[in-house]
Amino acid sequence: MHDEPVGKVSWVSGPVVRTMETRGVHMLDMVEVGDERLIGEIIGLNGDQATLQVYEDTTGLKPGSPVYSTGYPLAAELGPGLVTSIYDGILRPLKALADATGIFIGRGVRAPSLSREILWDFTPVVRNGQEVTPGMIIGTVPETERIEHRVMVPPNVSGIVTSVASAGKYKVDQEICRVRTPQGDEVPLMMLQRWPVRQKRPVTRRLPADTPLVTGQRVVDCVFPMVKGGAAAIPGGFGTGKTITQHQLAKWSDADLIVYIGCGERGNEMTEVLVEFPKLIDPHSNRPLMERTILIANTSDMPVAAREASIYTGITLAEYYRDMGYHVALMADSTSRWAEALRELSGRLEEMPAEEGFPAYLATRLAEFYERAGMVETLGGSTGSVSVIGAVSPAGGDFSEPVTQHTSRFIGCFWALDKELASARYYPSINYINSHSAYTEFVADWWKKIGGEKYNWEAMREETVDVLRRDDKLQQIVKLVGEEELPDEQKLILDTARILQNAFLQQSAFDEVDTYSVPEKQLRMLSVILHYYHRGSDVVKRSIPIYKYQQLPVRNEIMRMKSRIPNDKLEEFDTLERAIDEQIDALIAE
Amino acid sequence: MATEIGKEYVGVQRIVGPLVMIEGIDGVGYDEMVEIVSDDGKLKHGRVLEVGTKAAVVQVFEHTTGLSIGATKMKFLARPVRIPVSEEMLGRTFNALAEPIDGGPPPIPKDLRPVSGAAINPTLRHHPSDFIQTGISAIDAMSTLVRGQKLPVFSASGLEHDRVIAQIIRQAKIIGKQEPFAVVFGAMGLKHDIADFYRKSFEESGAGNNVATFLTLADDPSIERIITPRSALTLAEYLAFDVGMHVLVVLTDMTNYCEALREVATAKGEVPSRKGYPAYLYSDLAALYERAGQVEGRTGSITQLPLLTMPNEDITHPIPDLTGYITEGQIVLSKALQGAGIYPPINVLPSLSRLMNDGIGEGRTREDHRNVSSQLYAAYARVKRVEVLAAVIGEEELSEIDKQYLTFGQHFEKEFIQQAPDEDRSIEETLNLGWKLLKYLPVSELTRVKEEQIAKYLPKD
Repeated sequence: MHDEPVGKVSWVSGPVVRTMETRGVHMLDMVEVGDERLIGEIIGLNGDQATLQVYEDTTGLKPGSPVYSTGYPLAAELGPGLVTSIYDGILRPLKALADATGIFIGRGVRAPSLSREILWDFTPVVRNGQEVTPGMIIGTVPETERIEHRVMVPPNVSGIVTSVASAGKYKVDQEICRVRTPQGDEVPLMMLQRWPVRQKRPVTRRLPADTPLVTGQRVVDCVFPMVKGGAAAIPGGFGTGKTITQHQLAKWSDADLIVYIGCGERGNEMTEVLVEFPKLIDPHSNRPLMERTILIANTSDMPVAAREASIYTGITLAEYYRDMGYHVALMADSTSRWAEALRELSGRLEEMPAEEGFPAYLATRLAEFYERAGMVETLGGSTGSVSVIGAVSPAGGDFSEPVTQHTSRFIGCFWALDKELASARYYPSINYINSHSAYTEFVADWWKKIGGEKYNWEAMREETVDVLRRDDKLQQIVKLVGEEELPDEQKLILDTARILQNAFLQQSAFDEVDTYSVPEKQLRMLSVILHYYHRGSDVVKRSIPIYKYQQLPVRNEIMRMKSRIPNDKLEEFDTLERAIDEQIDALIAE
Repeated sequence: MATEIGKEYVGVQRIVGPLVMIEGIDGVGYDEMVEIVSDDGKLKHGRVLEVGTKAAVVQVFEHTTGLSIGATKMKFLARPVRIPVSEEMLGRTFNALAEPIDGGPPPIPKDLRPVSGAAINPTLRHHPSDFIQTGISAIDAMSTLVRGQKLPVFSASGLEHDRVIAQIIRQAKIIGKQEPFAVVFGAMGLKHDIADFYRKSFEESGAGNNVATFLTLADDPSIERIITPRSALTLAEYLAFDVGMHVLVVLTDMTNYCEALREVATAKGEVPSRKGYPAYLYSDLAALYERAGQVEGRTGSITQLPLLTMPNEDITHPIPDLTGYITEGQIVLSKALQGAGIYPPINVLPSLSRLMNDGIGEGRTREDHRNVSSQLYAAYARVKRVEVLAAVIGEEELSEIDKQYLTFGQHFEKEFIQQAPDEDRSIEETLNLGWKLLKYLPVSELTRVKEEQIAKYLPKD
């Protein structure tokens, strides 16, 4: 199949190539173009002409050059060895590319996604003669200290096991099991399997998503919560902290596995992840974060067609691990670059543009992508989830542009980043007025189990949001008359909002203690601030001037508790609460 | 295809602006370099933008003046656009295709390199973390430049960006290190007097022999500008990764570059995206800006300092907008500050350095750097809010604390941001100055700095 050309190049314009005299190919087939065998994909057919998008630089490609077909669509290699690896948009391992062509990425380089050399420790869990169905686990492999790889029966295979390898060391392309199908075919199974990336992997059914994806980031967990199996968007202009927010979520989320896609972003940012993640320790497992991470890096200077593909390869890997029964979180930074890749290719295809030059199918593609998120019952009968968190980079920071607008229809969490907060170096710069989460009520039960009645998450969240909203309204008045003119009750609202903003919502990614807060600490912090606020009402009611309340020494303690009280010393909050009561009682007694 | 020799044709089909359509060709590759000879024997250069079985679209770098349908000769060179590279190019001035325009002989090339470059494998990048001291407080303290970073200057017409850039080039250094360094200066559509200003500034600082200049002036054909930054970066890559020098690449003005791109896209009849710029503007700019950094196993580095003028000082215009999404921060200059007589007119609030956090702190600058910078940002942001309020209700009506912020703001602009064009402040001086200014605020407002740091650095009196 590889050796007979299926057509000839007739026209080249950047990543878009047309062919003539084409036969025996299908839509979305993967092809190899020219003598250098550049990798491409068929995206249009018209008689004997085909339109291809090529994933590599086409400099020097000539009309008349041969085109070869691989006979199958762009597919991901699935098996042990994915975790801890770093790939480009079409799943070529970047380390192998570096070995082949050095510091600059060369052309026509082929490298399998999974090493054919490594021997993996395989332990079977099926027996000879056992009936197996799609998604059932055949055996396990310790992929990293953290991730047990579960080799599954592929989604399209079922039957009776006729042979299974004994426990031992095998390469990914060695047969480890054989299944006789009801039709009588003998299907050999390897640890290595393939799945076309543009097709979602099947599941038994979708389950309601009601467990929070705990991120340790207070503004997320306590104000705009995300769920396992949910979809979230982080829109923000440049410099508002999208990437650092994505990094924080990738570092501290309580997912089993993280798939991080650097889609059309900076090379140095991927390097930062590569340098930092092996050093950082995951608080949930005490293992290096890299042991639960897969990186896909198609930086902005890498070919645009591969950038378009990177989103799909990433989510296919996420679904594969979900099918093993894991909770996977996928971070895509940035989906706007992917949408722009669509626009760029669409322009080269001379398609009729819709809004702002984007193709008319933009919304459909976005919906298809975000709908691959979800909490599911897998074919194998376990529970797994894919949570998707997509960064959006709106042109000019204007949220009314098409990508932000269409995305907001398909997601449950909208974490709007704010330029003004970012320029005051207030991070995470999530604007608490423009953001929203549709998952709030779904996670209330989970929080009730953590906090009980004493630290009632739902009630405290409601009061927090209420104070922030009232503050937002009052700020309009303050802009006109100044704060001094307001009555003390309203000054107390402004004051409490400031404490919430600085002592709770703002969180430093660079402070060892503050970078991650366990749910219990978040509840205790909220409780302290609200207690101080309630006692403040007592003060104001007694017509004691509010500046006396604002000058209490305990206030400084509250402002600094986020970085002073570590996750494992929550009893210090009791001391803090007592100090509040003592000082306010004394103030009232004056 | 190394054995294939180029092919020559006479006569073209159509000439539209900078583009020439030719038919009846064979064996021409995409992105190939083309030599074009006009009727009067003048040699011009171009490259293939689009190619079919019989026809090609060629973009001509020089003016298409003098080309005719019948007599234009075209030679396809069967190779992409390349330039010679060598250390001897330092101290010299070239046109976009690296031909000398300073009257001297062509330097002997060490190698010929394609100007389009290739993507750096992210696994082989070395994460930048060496602090570059520019001696300018607003940059060093607030938006620190790091070796291997791409940090553009966002300016507007009429602002003193050239003076700021010249000052950075003169003063930039790594504290305590003497390493081979070079400046590659890519000038696109520069006015004659500005080109002179830079030349004088390099000569006065004695750096002239370390600077290679690729110059296309404002009255040169605009399409040449598309090649200028690529040639500059190709030489920079050679100097950094082959020779081992630390190279500072200055690209000015990226707005002129983007306009040339738009001109070609329009002539080709492409579907425009925002403000008529082509849909691939992001990818095209990324292919330039990403050619910065440090890589494993090589000693040199490329630090990029591109300059762009924001049309109408609009930071949401596609050029600054897309640039900001690719580069690692930005230094924003402001007309309001320049109007208030402040040099350098750096508006610190929208300015940002994304690599700052890795380049500062203990062992690099000082352990209080991150906190004091964050505190200054927070305080100055509040100053701006208070100023708006003061404009409405009058300064007299402000609360006591707001008045203190106003005082802080005035001193911050006049003493911290403002400095002389030849004033080279050490990072130590800059940070101490920051603490001195924080003295104008009550200690209870200083929540971003640690208590130990207050005890150690805040002036006592």
